[in-house]
Amino acid sequence: MCLAIPARIEEMTTPGNAIVNLGGVRKEISLALVDDATVGEYVIVHVGYALQKVDQEEAERTLAMFAEMGQLDELRSEPNGTAS
Amino acid sequence: MNGEVKKGYVRALDIKNGRVDMSHGSGGRAMAQLIEELFAGAFDNEYLRQGNDGALLPTAGGRLVMATDAHVVSPLFFPGGDIGCLSVHGTINDVAVMGAKPLYLSASFILEEGFPLINLQRIVQSMAAAAREAGVPVVTGDTKVVEQGKADGVFITTTGVGVVMDGVDLSGANVRPGDVILISGSMGDHGMAIMSRRENLAFDVPIESDTAALHHLIAAMLETGAAIRCLRDPTRGGLATTLNEIAKQSLVGLTINEEAIPVKPVVAAACEFLGLDPLYVANEGKLIAICAAADAERLLAVMRAHPLAGDAAIIGAAHADPHHFVQMKTSFGGRRNVDWLAGEQLPRIC
Amino acid sequence: MKYIDEFRDGELAKNIVANIRREAATDKNYSFMEFCGGHTHAISRYGIADLLPVNVHMIHGPGCPVCVLPIGRVDQAIRLARERNVIVCTYADTLRVPASDNLSLMRAKARGGDVRMIYSPQDALKIARDNPQREVVFFAIGFETTTPPTALIIKQAKDEGITNFSVLCNHVLTPAAITHILQSPEVRQYGTVPLDGFIGPAHVSVVIGSQPYEHFSNEYRKPVVIAGFEPLDVLQAILMLIRQINQGRAEVENEFTRAVTREGNLKAQAMVSEVLELRRSFEWRGLGEVPYSALKIRSAYALYDAETRYGIGYKPVADNKACECGAILRGVKKPQDCKVFGTVCTPENPLGSCMVSSEGACAAHYSYGRFKDIEVILA
Repeated sequence: MCLAIPARIEEMTTPGNAIVNLGGVRKEISLALVDDATVGEYVIVHVGYALQKVDQEEAERTLAMFAEMGQLDELRSEPNGTAS
Repeated sequence: MNGEVKKGYVRALDIKNGRVDMSHGSGGRAMAQLIEELFAGAFDNEYLRQGNDGALLPTAGGRLVMATDAHVVSPLFFPGGDIGCLSVHGTINDVAVMGAKPLYLSASFILEEGFPLINLQRIVQSMAAAAREAGVPVVTGDTKVVEQGKADGVFITTTGVGVVMDGVDLSGANVRPGDVILISGSMGDHGMAIMSRRENLAFDVPIESDTAALHHLIAAMLETGAAIRCLRDPTRGGLATTLNEIAKQSLVGLTINEEAIPVKPVVAAACEFLGLDPLYVANEGKLIAICAAADAERLLAVMRAHPLAGDAAIIGAAHADPHHFVQMKTSFGGRRNVDWLAGEQLPRIC
Repeated sequence: MKYIDEFRDGELAKNIVANIRREAATDKNYSFMEFCGGHTHAISRYGIADLLPVNVHMIHGPGCPVCVLPIGRVDQAIRLARERNVIVCTYADTLRVPASDNLSLMRAKARGGDVRMIYSPQDALKIARDNPQREVVFFAIGFETTTPPTALIIKQAKDEGITNFSVLCNHVLTPAAITHILQSPEVRQYGTVPLDGFIGPAHVSVVIGSQPYEHFSNEYRKPVVIAGFEPLDVLQAILMLIRQINQGRAEVENEFTRAVTREGNLKAQAMVSEVLELRRSFEWRGLGEVPYSALKIRSAYALYDAETRYGIGYKPVADNKACECGAILRGVKKPQDCKVFGTVCTPENPLGSCMVSSEGACAAHYSYGRFKDIEVILA
């Protein structure tokens, strides 16, 4: 629910507003709900408003989590144990 | 007034500031002048010059194909085109996908009272250019004017006639299990170009409509001798709707690969913004071709060699299916139905 | 598209699915409810259910604000357009919702009502500014994600002294809905409706934070994993839920850490509290009256409250008797269990809330999953 997309802040316009860019599509949105957003940062945009900044470090961490091997495998292939 | 009025002076249409009014549709002098100055000049060809109610055309050497389409697009002018060239391309394509060589077009205009003549001129000139470039003349037409509020500026209906060579038989009912599905290029360009100009959406998006006449591409495809079962242009409702139509007509199932379908990154991005699915977005310069598996690679090569189909791709195949479903293998490895479009595809917030 | 494409990577998907298959204990059944319509959509669109082992089931919850919007509320908007000559501004999602007398907002527009589709509340305010001689009403719907923009626009209208603008407020609250589901009799009886955990909404949580869900995991002993909207997010969240079940935990975990924190967006929450307040009760289509589940406009902003401004009362309208939406929204029944699914009730002619929006359980199943009900021969 609540279609929201991560877009890059390209340019500040009138106070509280900015132009964001998603894959080449540009739209002016409001930054009224987010503090200290700057050009180059990414924000989650919903119905013309930025709801939150995207935490780039956390994004990287999440992607790394996707690539982790399953826990059972980690248990099986202990450094001293026999590999399965 | 200084000097003499030249003999035979007729006050020309004030195209710059004039507007359509009810007299332009009444059949009188004003209408004749509108037709003469605006339409006839632009479309000029030997058949129009006959100047009669109907155009007298030479015998056509083969089975005839006729197609008609009304164009009510809004906005009238959009990135990459306008209602004028759209109406020419659209009907040429409808004739050409039947395997016919498009020969003649007719154009009927319903004009809204108050419509600026300068815009009408722009549209007519665009139509004339499209017709000239395609080599398909507009040989007859009609003009009516309706009261303000009863039309969206202008509605255009074009009808096209063409001839099918012997032995060519294209139909949505011809597809058999094992046949291969190809498309001529990226999906969703036209619909997103239009959507980005709709009131209250105001997205700045560098997408142009793909509106184009496909008859030369189709002629090249037919010349290969490939066993083409069916050609269709995925206009309203997009690729998904057209595939569902074909599946239903041919009583087969169709499965496509999401990863094989070309979508321009900026079109994908615009769809993300609005919550739309490119599979359901209209195209006006693309076609779907379904052919025998053995001929698919050869057909693809010919398509890719043509400027209008450089991104052509094989996207799937037909198979037996009593339910005639269209399914898609997602880029994820999952499977899902690609159903008919339920109503108009609208942007969503949820 | 950054932060989108990477989260749809097919190779990473294979890895997570492999993990899920490895870790889902074959002697257990896992039933998870994805509360949010956006998750329902992601699951359907990417064919995720197809990739899960047979003992992991997804139940579609009521997290679709359009689906749970009662007919009577749409009637209010239609009446304003047709009887009071008001310009009604609405998100596209609500345009086709069938209401009373065979009308919808779209049909009301066809019959002369001035109904305009907007993308943002700012568009509605602009229409008010551009049409000072007309009255404009913004038909506001949505969960906590969509509420702060509404609150902001009301405040902005007041600050700018705009007097021809008001809001018909139908904002609803997620935790209240989850509580209602968990408290329904079927869920409480073990074995009737297995509900082992929740995938928490992505963008609602951006606003409210992960903290409000701790109540559920503590009181009802159900794990909650807040997940982003992309398919990899959803798959990872399913894996995290499986792990919690296997380890006997019932906690709130956050998969969507790139946008969700424990306290959420405090600025947005403050804005909402300033302009809106809780309604004592609100009718949810399919769920009936749910206490403290919706918001109304505070009296300080009464001028901008369309309900008081136009004095339109609310008349509840019952759903079709054959409609099983109530049970489906609670996860008690599946779309296929409904007698009228796919026949009388289709996306073109929706009878109940689950078919109305493309994210309703029935609409999603009809459009994406129908083929699984019957055997299909593949190429």
